[in-house]
Amino acid sequence: MTLNSELNIQQPDDFYQALLDAHADLTDEQSAALNARLVLLLANQIGDLNTLRQAIAAARELI
Amino acid sequence: MGLACAIDLAQHGIDFIIVDDNNTVSAGSRAICWAKRTLEIFDRLGFGDAVCNRGVSWQVGKVFCRERLAYQFDLLPEPGHKRPAFVNLQQYLLEQIMVERLQALGHTVRWKNKAIGLERRADGARVTIETSDGHYLVEADYVIAADGAHSAVRDMLGLVWSGRVFRDRFLIADVRMKGDFPSERWFWFEPPFHSGGSALLHKQADDIWRIDLQLGWDCKPDEEKKPERVIPRIRAMLGSDHPFELEWVSVYTFQCARLERFVHDHVIFVGDAAHQVSPFGARGGNSGIQDADNLCWKLARVVRNESPASLLQTYDDERVEAANENILNSSRSSDFITPKSVASRTMRDAVLALSQQHPFARRLVNSGRLSTPTAHLASASSTRDRDAFNCALMPGAPAVDAPVQVAGCNASLLNQLGGCFDLLVFDDNGEATDALKSEFGSSVRVSCVSSGRKSNEHAFADAEGLAGSRYDALTGAVYLLRPDQHVAARWRTPSVADVRSALQRAQGIA
Repeated sequence: MTLNSELNIQQPDDFYQALLDAHADLTDEQSAALNARLVLLLANQIGDLNTLRQAIAAARELI
Repeated sequence: MGLACAIDLAQHGIDFIIVDDNNTVSAGSRAICWAKRTLEIFDRLGFGDAVCNRGVSWQVGKVFCRERLAYQFDLLPEPGHKRPAFVNLQQYLLEQIMVERLQALGHTVRWKNKAIGLERRADGARVTIETSDGHYLVEADYVIAADGAHSAVRDMLGLVWSGRVFRDRFLIADVRMKGDFPSERWFWFEPPFHSGGSALLHKQADDIWRIDLQLGWDCKPDEEKKPERVIPRIRAMLGSDHPFELEWVSVYTFQCARLERFVHDHVIFVGDAAHQVSPFGARGGNSGIQDADNLCWKLARVVRNESPASLLQTYDDERVEAANENILNSSRSSDFITPKSVASRTMRDAVLALSQQHPFARRLVNSGRLSTPTAHLASASSTRDRDAFNCALMPGAPAVDAPVQVAGCNASLLNQLGGCFDLLVFDDNGEATDALKSEFGSSVRVSCVSSGRKSNEHAFADAEGLAGSRYDALTGAVYLLRPDQHVAARWRTPSVADVRSALQRAQGIA
């Protein structure tokens, strides 16, 4: 599998709002914990290590 | 590790002396967990039963997060192996057993003899040994440096030692108690009895229990070693209904590091003198024994002029590979147990939190990945498979055990192998075995495994069919095994030339 950079989320605005809502009224620390748990859950859903490595590299490229 | 080398060399009939700067086996317990592969090596060295009878067998590990069980692993879910996943035995008791085994072979350790100088020569090394009665010189063809984490020989040679030091400290204690805890490895992240740190509880022989408590980098080691500090910590862990006595306490820090090469002409490093890991995973003591197992048959061949000195290069290549694997696993465990940054702690805590309801996260919990032997798949000693095999066993890996019948008695397949080159022929009518025996019988031990029930000293009956399936040999196969029981080559129906070329490759002659 290769990392899909094209839109794959069916209702992108709804997803984005759900993501922000999940962080509403959280402290920075709680938000960081939530993001970490989310990354792990989504990574397990993807499964393929090569795809995950590409995603990690793509995120890191922007730093 | 020096004792293991001495016993192996004695079994090979090689002349040696072994010195120790102390006057007794080690004080304090240090290594305690001996892995299945190491126990199999102990069998070959003649003291496997002594270790297993004296120690505590275990195979289940439990990892707790706060009060709840986060993850549980079973290291040997499969029957039909003589040795268990692990036996716990204090290092000083193991060393005592090894000293006795060495004595039975007609050798003794020269206690209170300290190597204080080493001069490298073209054909060996000259070692200066200090005793209470003065110095003496030893001219050796080879020197095995098994002098531990603070190896003096390493310093004498001025060798570079590189790796990572982990900024954390742990309290290690052996306590004597009559506990009703099971013989399992119990590990806690942030337990209620030891806030903010990790904890480990593990059973040893003679009602001795190993306790390990994470203290953090900023603690004061000398203060933390005092009984008035240690006892309340342990009482909080065990509960007030478990009276205990302190046997041994220390505060340690650790590093993951190794020498770049382990063979330096005629000076060869084994064990902690060559490489060090964190204790989580029991990879220190076990890899040291596996170094000895890998080295001694090669050294014996070189000393007897049966193989060129270049055979020792395969010790270097294979055990550096093993050290890298151990350091990788051990560093990952350490990074989980001692997160190095806010982000790594956040990620670690996320894994622990998810592990409660999401099974996938349990496999990410890392309290130590326990020692398994390295399969030297790319070794120059091994011959690549030409024929298809469908089993976990591969050329370069240690042979796997299976129950067989030998001369009508139940036995372990591995106990029939090792110490010399073996040809293991899975053969029901004996024709292939006889042909290989007439060609190679003078230099290689040729044994037959048959699916029938008849067995004798060199014909083993695979009564349960497990040898056949673990070696994917139900339709016939020939395995060439090294003296350390690692697979050198295998075929369905090899020619004499196939076997000869694989044998020479494994012996470093080709």
